Order: sequence, then structure tokens, then C-alpha cells
Amino acid sequence: MNKNWWKILATVLVLYSIIAGFLFHVPAKPILNETIRNIHFHVPMWFAMIVILTVSFIYSIRYLNSANENDDLMAVESANVGIIFGILGLVTGAVWAKYTWGEAWSNDPKQNSAAIALLVYLAYLVLRNSLEEEQKRGRISAVYNIFAFPIMVVLLFILPRMTDSLHPGNGGNPGFNTKDMAPELRPVFYPAVLGWILISVWITTIRYRIRKLENRQNLIN
Amino acid sequence: MDLLNQVKFLIRKEIMLEWRSKYALNGILLYVVSTVFVCYLAFRDITSPPTWNALFWIIMLFASVNAITKSFIQESKGRQLYYYTITSPQAIIISKIIYNIFLMLLLSVIALGFYTLVFKNLLGDPLFYFFAVLLGSISFASVFTMISGIASKANNAGGLMAILSFPVIIPLLVVLIKLSKNAMDGLDRSESYDEIGVLIAINIIVITTSLLLFPYLWKD
Repeated sequence: MNKNWWKILATVLVLYSIIAGFLFHVPAKPILNETIRNIHFHVPMWFAMIVILTVSFIYSIRYLNSANENDDLMAVESANVGIIFGILGLVTGAVWAKYTWGEAWSNDPKQNSAAIALLVYLAYLVLRNSLEEEQKRGRISAVYNIFAFPIMVVLLFILPRMTDSLHPGNGGNPGFNTKDMAPELRPVFYPAVLGWILISVWITTIRYRIRKLENRQNLIN
Repeated sequence: MDLLNQVKFLIRKEIMLEWRSKYALNGILLYVVSTVFVCYLAFRDITSPPTWNALFWIIMLFASVNAITKSFIQESKGRQLYYYTITSPQAIIISKIIYNIFLMLLLSVIALGFYTLVFKNLLGDPLFYFFAVLLGSISFASVFTMISGIASKANNAGGLMAILSFPVIIPLLVVLIKLSKNAMDGLDRSESYDEIGVLIAINIIVITTSLLLFPYLWKD
């Protein structure tokens, strides 16, 4: 119980955000209307992805210093989960864009950047597959992961701010920050973000433990 | 031997090796010229500036991937072991980056010259466009050198090189295309300071991470 409280918290927060996100009152804004409820699902995916990819980055650095196989496992599993959350973020965003901007893919700089960031991590997985020996695989893929991370940060946080974007907070659109968000949304939005981040960490730890068990089984056989 | 001497020595070695065989250099120059010519025959003439600009950068992208891929692959295992015993890894990566910058500068000058020769010249501010191209070739060299080091450790290095480098180069390419488009339209040069700043910042980040990470890539 002492160790698992955060998993219970994650479940409660996500369930709450789903129920409250669909049922609570939301401000009626032109164009957005009821689709604003998507903010409780679309935005937390990105928060979760950034957090979990940062975890992957940190474990890659740890692997280079320790050469401990478990650090490498954690790095690859968090990259996997980050990719899943990135895909979910793209899909929820595309659905939302279809209703508000008119097209699922609107050539928006943030959409493009997010897709490229996913390509970087898919390339990371391909690189892993092409290396046979475990020590070498861990080291070289860690090097790529660390090399690509700062560029991904530039891609996601700096470039979209330099051009016009349909997303809020860019190119003269109302900013997405604590001041601009309608007060009714906040009690649902913040718990949703925290809940999804915790869920992503939970999934990663489960995947990590499965991989560790598989490794041990392979050793025994 | 201190780092600076080692770097100088390694660059001289790279240039000498290249000069002796010449096939790689000539090959890549021929590659650029024939790509430009293929594009010319396919497009005949380009009147819209964005297409002109985009096509030039696509040619540069493929030419530079081809030019830099070989920078680690061509070294045999035995020779790498020899360097390992006599120099520091930082010296190796610095010398490779500097050598690739020279190579890319040469390549881009030839590509731009031939490109403006066959396609009608639409440049509004040719000098500033030339500056953008030089900045672009330095950026390509710094990013691709490290990626080619990573790819050379894996099987199927050639195919992997494109997969690994394209997503990483796209942010640079987006900024470069914008910068060179500004130069092409002949906008005031002060309009482009933001882009130049971002490019220099990315280059600094890339070169520092290369310096930090290359020692780990190096030891086998």
C-alpha cells in the first residue's frame, strides 16, 4: 500500500478527468464549442510524452556511466511508451483539428514538429534492432538518444514559436498559460495532466519488469 | 602532443588521404553536378522562388548525406585501433567535423554555382543567400559527422544513415529554408537575425554533445 498509493492516485485522477471532462460545464466559445473538452485528453498526452522521454534521456545518460543493463532496458521501454503517447497525442489532435480547423492535418508547425519527433524515436528503435551485441547496442543507442534529445527540444519548444501556428500560444493566438485558460477548465485539466503522467510512468515500470523477467528466463533456459 | 596539434595533424592526414585517392572527392562532386542536371532535365525551368529554393536544399541534403556517410566507414578496424592508441577521441571528432566542414563548403559552392548556371537565377540578395548556404553546409557537417559515427557501428550503415539523420536534420533544414528564402526575396538582412541565431545555437549544442558523447561511441 505504501508503495502503490501513486498508482491508485493515477487511476482515480484519470477516471475523474474522464467523467468530469465529459460532464462538467464548459465555456461556450466560438468555433471550439463542446470540442474544448478534448483539452483534458489531448494536452495531457503531450505532457506525459515529454516526461517519459525525459526519463528515457536520463536513463541513457545513466547507462553510459554505469553500463548497467537495467538502465538500458528502462531507457528503451520509456522510449516505447513515449512513442505510444505521442501517437495518441497526434490522433486526438487530428480529431480535434478536423472539427475546429477543418482538416485533420492542417500543416500546423506543432503538428509537423510532433510527427518529426516521433520519427526520431522510431529511428532510435530501428538503430537498436540493427545492432546484435547487447553492450554495444546499449551504448550506441544511448549515444543516439542523448544526441537527438536536445534537437527534439528545439523542435518542439522553439521552432513552433518562431512561426505562425493554429495552436494557442503561437503567432498571436491566445496563449496557453495559466492566465488564459478558462477557470472552469482548470479543476479538471490539472488532475488530468498529473493522472496521465503517472499512468505513463506506471506503464513504463510494468514494461520494464516484464523485460527483466524475460531476460532472466532467457538466462535460465 | 596536445589537442590542437593532434587535430591539425589529423586534418592534414584526412586531406592527404583524400588527395591521394581522389575518387571519393571526384565522385561526390560528380554526384552533385549530375543531380542538378537530372533536376534541370526534369523541371526544365523553375519560375516560382519557393520551388527553386526547396529543390536546391533537397539536392544539398542528399549530396551531403552521401559525402559524409563515408567519413567513418572508410576507416578500417585496424586503423581505428591505431588512432585509439595514439590520440584522444576529442581530437578525432574535432578533426572529422572540421574536415567535413571544408568538404561541405567546397561541395556547396560548386552546387550553388552549377545550380544558378543551369536554372535561371532568381536570387534577390545573392551575397546573403551565399552566406545562408555556407551556414547550412557547416550545420550539415556538424550534425552528419556524429550521425555517421553512430551509423558506422551498425550493420547496413548506408541505409541507417538516412533514417537516423533525416529527422535530426529537419529542424535545421526548416530554419535554413526560411533564412535562404528571406535572402532570395531580398528582404532586409536584419529580418533574418532570429534564424541565424537559432542556427548558431543548434550548431553549438550539436558540437558540444558530439564532443561529450564521442568518447563513448569510440571505445569498442
